[in-house]
Amino acid sequence: MNEISAGDTAWVLVATALVMMMTPALAFFYGGMVRRKNVLSTLNLSFIIIALVSLQWVLLGYTLAFGPSLGGLIGSLRFGGFAGVGSEPNADYAATIPHLAFAAYQMMFAVITPALITGSFVERVRFKAFLLFALLWATLVYDPVAHWVWGVGGVLRQLGVLDFAGGAVVHITAGFSALAFALVIRSRRGYGAAPMEPHNIPYSVLGAGLLWMGWFGFNGGSALGANGLAVTALVNTNTAAAAAGVAWMLLSWRDNKPSVLGIVTGAVVGLVAITPAAGFVTPLAALVIGAVAAPISYYAIKFRQRRGLDESLDVWACHGMGGAWGALATGLFAARSVNPAGADGLFYGHPVQFLIQLVATVIVIAFAFTLTYGIATALNRTIGLSVSDTEEQVGLDISEHGERAYA
Amino acid sequence: MTKKIEAIIREEKLNDVKDALHRIGIVGMNVSECRGHGRQGGVTLAGRTGSYQVDLLPRVQVNIVLSDHNVEKTIETICRAAQTGNIGDGLIFVYPVEDVIRIRTGQRGRDALIYPNDIDERRVREQAAAAGSSPAGK
Repeated sequence: MNEISAGDTAWVLVATALVMMMTPALAFFYGGMVRRKNVLSTLNLSFIIIALVSLQWVLLGYTLAFGPSLGGLIGSLRFGGFAGVGSEPNADYAATIPHLAFAAYQMMFAVITPALITGSFVERVRFKAFLLFALLWATLVYDPVAHWVWGVGGVLRQLGVLDFAGGAVVHITAGFSALAFALVIRSRRGYGAAPMEPHNIPYSVLGAGLLWMGWFGFNGGSALGANGLAVTALVNTNTAAAAAGVAWMLLSWRDNKPSVLGIVTGAVVGLVAITPAAGFVTPLAALVIGAVAAPISYYAIKFRQRRGLDESLDVWACHGMGGAWGALATGLFAARSVNPAGADGLFYGHPVQFLIQLVATVIVIAFAFTLTYGIATALNRTIGLSVSDTEEQVGLDISEHGERAYA
Repeated sequence: MTKKIEAIIREEKLNDVKDALHRIGIVGMNVSECRGHGRQGGVTLAGRTGSYQVDLLPRVQVNIVLSDHNVEKTIETICRAAQTGNIGDGLIFVYPVEDVIRIRTGQRGRDALIYPNDIDERRVREQAAAAGSSPAGK
């Protein structure tokens, strides 16, 4: 029998609340970047996910991700409906906190991941199709990948992949699914012809600030205890965000002026990139990971724009590419001296770790992209992914929700 | 005759224009925000990455209804206060006004445009002062 630690449990509960806050924060980060006729729709795409995926997680998601492994591919149904998930710890995952605390903490990760994807199809997605997509995606993409990487017996965990807080599980899956979805759904009408200006950049600054704060729970909480590892993760998180914010400022300054939307985007990209590495690297490595993440995402956005793809809010460039860089960087900078439960990376004389990270990254990209492309295509051919041209012109706030944001 | 002046000016010049108009006794006006462009076409803004072009720029439209003998002085005042010398300073349109009705009193036409200490009362005072002092001069 394991002893429950009050300190560990308190920290994980606080971290759960912090990560929960990230989804409404993301809603505002995205909501500021769309036109005013679509701000409620955009906020709601994230908000409804909190409710929808919370239900999915209690009923089915948790057990698919963290139930006893079936062949390393998926969890069994033993924890369906949170059956048997209570105040006793589950030593497989966190020996000093109630099993239910772990399940609740993980629920917030399952929530924010599909919400991240919404940036790819804002301002034109049909709400009904989106609801179906979110449920299918959470069940068919997120839960299996979470099981592979984090579940005891999961295939990628067996391989030895390091993903501290979800660089692959959260950001690579979301980013490359966003790319796949954008390839299926049509562009916004007039995309490329007229600039689609962000209608409220202060919302985006507010959202990014709250994301930064929430990320202390996302990465710091992934230590699953109130301990030195949580502190390491928190400091690395802050350092990477800072480095990426400054780097993005310099990039946009060189191209025009130091854009505020650019600076806050940079900070978010730094947070994305440090996510898989947060509990495995030194603060100096975190600085490098953040600083390099900024140009990667910056030029990924430019590349995406040149290709004329309306992946509207650059989920792929920020989360997909930032997450992929973070996953690979973990294979470079990880050090057992930081976290004995981790591994040494390439720079610490263990090049195999880099290969493991590379293989896992490629597998997760291929899986998330392919499945999302399939789900989106199926929905597009049956109920249709996008609203009509008239509905889009009027704006989704009115046409999908019958409300206006600003009276 | 009453006229309407519609001046499209820079947002940042609104306070200067308002103050200058108050100084000459134009006390009634209404202001609306508008967007548009003339020959200058637009500006470049900083985006997440690099820049993008915006063609409709924010401007302020000042509407004033006044007696026609006050039009020239008002136009001069607006021009002086709103000018930067750069492209995009704006335009002034002048229209005839059929009638003016003050809802509170039912006054019509020129009567509806009179306020205490406005440009017309000042003119009367200045003329009276000039008339009062001229006999002594002669």
